[in-house]
Amino acid sequence: MADITVRSASIGSPDSRSSLHKLMQRKSTIAFLMALPLILLITVLVAYPAGYAVYLAMLNKSMTKFVWFKNFDFLFTRDTFWMVVYQSCLFAITAVIFKALIGFIVAHFVHNIPSKGQRKWRGMLLVPWVIPPAMSTLAWLWLFDPSYSAFNWLLQPFGLGPIPWLGETGWARFSVILVNVWVGAPFFMIMYLAALKSVPEQLYEAAAIDGATWWQRIWYVTLPMMRNIIAITALFSTIVTFANFDIVRVLTKGDPLNTTHLFGTWAFRLGIESNDIPLGSAVSLFMVPILAVAAVFILRDITKRGSEV
Amino acid sequence: MASRKVTRRFVAKTAAASTALIAAPFVSGVHAAGKLTLGLWDHWVPDANKASQALIDEWAAKEKVEVTVDYITSQGNKLLLTIAAESQARSGHDILALSTWLPAAYQEQLVPMNDIVDPLIKQNGAVNGTVEYLGKVGGQWLGVPATIGSQLKGPVSRIDLMKKHAGIDIQELYPAGAPPKADSWTLDAFLKAAEACHKGGVPFGIGLGTTSDSVDSVGAFFLSFGAELVNAKGEITVKTDKVKQAMEYMKKLVAFLPPDAASWDDASNNKWLVSGKGALIMNPPSAWAVAKRDAPQIAEQCWHHGFPAGPAGRFGPFLPFYWTTWKFSKNASAAKSLLTHLSSPSAVEKMVVASGGYDIPAFANLTTLKVWAEESPPKGGLYHYPNPHNHQILSIAAAPAPHKIAQQIYTQGVQTQMVVRYATGQPLEKVLDWASSEIEGFMRT
Repeated sequence: MADITVRSASIGSPDSRSSLHKLMQRKSTIAFLMALPLILLITVLVAYPAGYAVYLAMLNKSMTKFVWFKNFDFLFTRDTFWMVVYQSCLFAITAVIFKALIGFIVAHFVHNIPSKGQRKWRGMLLVPWVIPPAMSTLAWLWLFDPSYSAFNWLLQPFGLGPIPWLGETGWARFSVILVNVWVGAPFFMIMYLAALKSVPEQLYEAAAIDGATWWQRIWYVTLPMMRNIIAITALFSTIVTFANFDIVRVLTKGDPLNTTHLFGTWAFRLGIESNDIPLGSAVSLFMVPILAVAAVFILRDITKRGSEV
Repeated sequence: MASRKVTRRFVAKTAAASTALIAAPFVSGVHAAGKLTLGLWDHWVPDANKASQALIDEWAAKEKVEVTVDYITSQGNKLLLTIAAESQARSGHDILALSTWLPAAYQEQLVPMNDIVDPLIKQNGAVNGTVEYLGKVGGQWLGVPATIGSQLKGPVSRIDLMKKHAGIDIQELYPAGAPPKADSWTLDAFLKAAEACHKGGVPFGIGLGTTSDSVDSVGAFFLSFGAELVNAKGEITVKTDKVKQAMEYMKKLVAFLPPDAASWDDASNNKWLVSGKGALIMNPPSAWAVAKRDAPQIAEQCWHHGFPAGPAGRFGPFLPFYWTTWKFSKNASAAKSLLTHLSSPSAVEKMVVASGGYDIPAFANLTTLKVWAEESPPKGGLYHYPNPHNHQILSIAAAPAPHKIAQQIYTQGVQTQMVVRYATGQPLEKVLDWASSEIEGFMRT
């Protein structure tokens, strides 16, 4: 009874109540509480799976022993792994460059359309991006199909083909990159269009008065004003493209001769199809350092320019 | 402290309630024997699921068990992912369909089934060597050989095109209702036929990708030469004369296959047959069933038959499913009872009929059911599909290697990749070095 009295006295004391009150009044506390749902969400959906993947990657094949970094050591000795690294880099870099170029050009076209009809064009051009990629890739698979390829049918009257779109390494790599560009270019287009709309018209007017050519206006006005958007879009797209799974899985399943595998599809082949979950996890984790380095460089550049402004 | 008066009525009520509580689990109700969940392979043949559902319902009503059946498609690896997830979570279906390599892969987590498989073998006849190799590890059956989904991926030829271009009467070699007269159906004859059909503009449709159909076909060719990449002891045997012979043969054959065979998946050969572009594919009767629906004039020219014989014998690629029970299942005894029911000859026949002859029971006495002789058109076209005269050795690619190595050779398509590498100009020694190096990697424990 005495204890309870003492404890309740201390809880109810004006000092502790005011310190709690002060704590709750602090901006940092409020910010923390407001961010708490997001922190919980990230812990459950990102941190835990990522930590679990790291844990799995450090187990032996039969998942009975902790082997630290032996799976990674092993991967470094495999030719197929290095081919997957090469293909992932080729796929992501080529696709992002083409998506950025096409997005930039199309964004200019759309920007120059009178605002009355622009909405329709924007909607139509976004279609490849809003269709679930697994579904649209199925349509591409039919276009490339060995027996019924519509592309080969179109080429036939001109004496061209048949092209083994998915059967020969060069063509298969071209095909998976093409589909990725088709799916992803509208995202660049819409981001660049938003950036173009935010460039003050006065800058172009001043450039025109100074006698700037079309190219000089692009180079000295448009591009510097869009630089941050271009960097962020490229970073975001690089991450998503590196982590691509569905396009390769539906189109080639990594064939021919594993030459179209990306980290994701190769991890699936090893982890799920070959029942080597630790090795599959180790492969999938290789994306992290590559993307982390890219993210650090790009974000550092953006921050630097932000502080210059 | 307030006291409560204990009345006679109170004592009577308490006694009645206690009795009811204690006796409750033994009261014979509608689902008194508990619950059972099944994850079965979702059949390609539209109405085939209905037959298994009816058999399960019949058993459930008799045994008073509440049964839930999930038909899980193998499209998009859904079944494979479900199995992996249940294994990791240690929770899931009481009975789950596992194909080919998976019982061995999950052997530590599966309930041994010797107590029901051994009596079933006595009742229904012996199982073939591949069913035993894949399903019985260390003397223990890891699952009950399942009827649903078990298939043989032997050749299915176009009667008309084979006659016209290769001069082969496939019905004469494999007559309906009679043992095969196929001594002349050898690898050499097969190669000549492939060349003739290629010249005639209807090439054989054999894939060289890394999916199951391609791997099964190429694996059977390898076995026909006695070419093993890893032997039963787990020793790498890539650089042997038999493997080299198989590679030389395959290089010749690839020249007569479609140019993009390296990218074929499991649907490509079906489309090849149904489109009328090819004279032969390696597939169970699903391609024929689609043709029956979409291109009946092609279906009536399809004849299922045995593999060509090589120096080491005649090998037909067989892919069995198993019905398994996890060790964490809460109702393993009910699961075993249901699996015994599903493996009775009458149940098996119902499932095979519902699948239009697609499913092949593992047990010898059940491979001569009427359905294969009667399915049409053409009548008798499926007669030789289940290997009724044990004309060929039922096999699986990468056998007889230890399971954990063989599974990786199979799923990563090492044999098909070897063939494509050699056929596209890589020197044989370099290809064999590559294969050895890959397989060395599979040896890690």
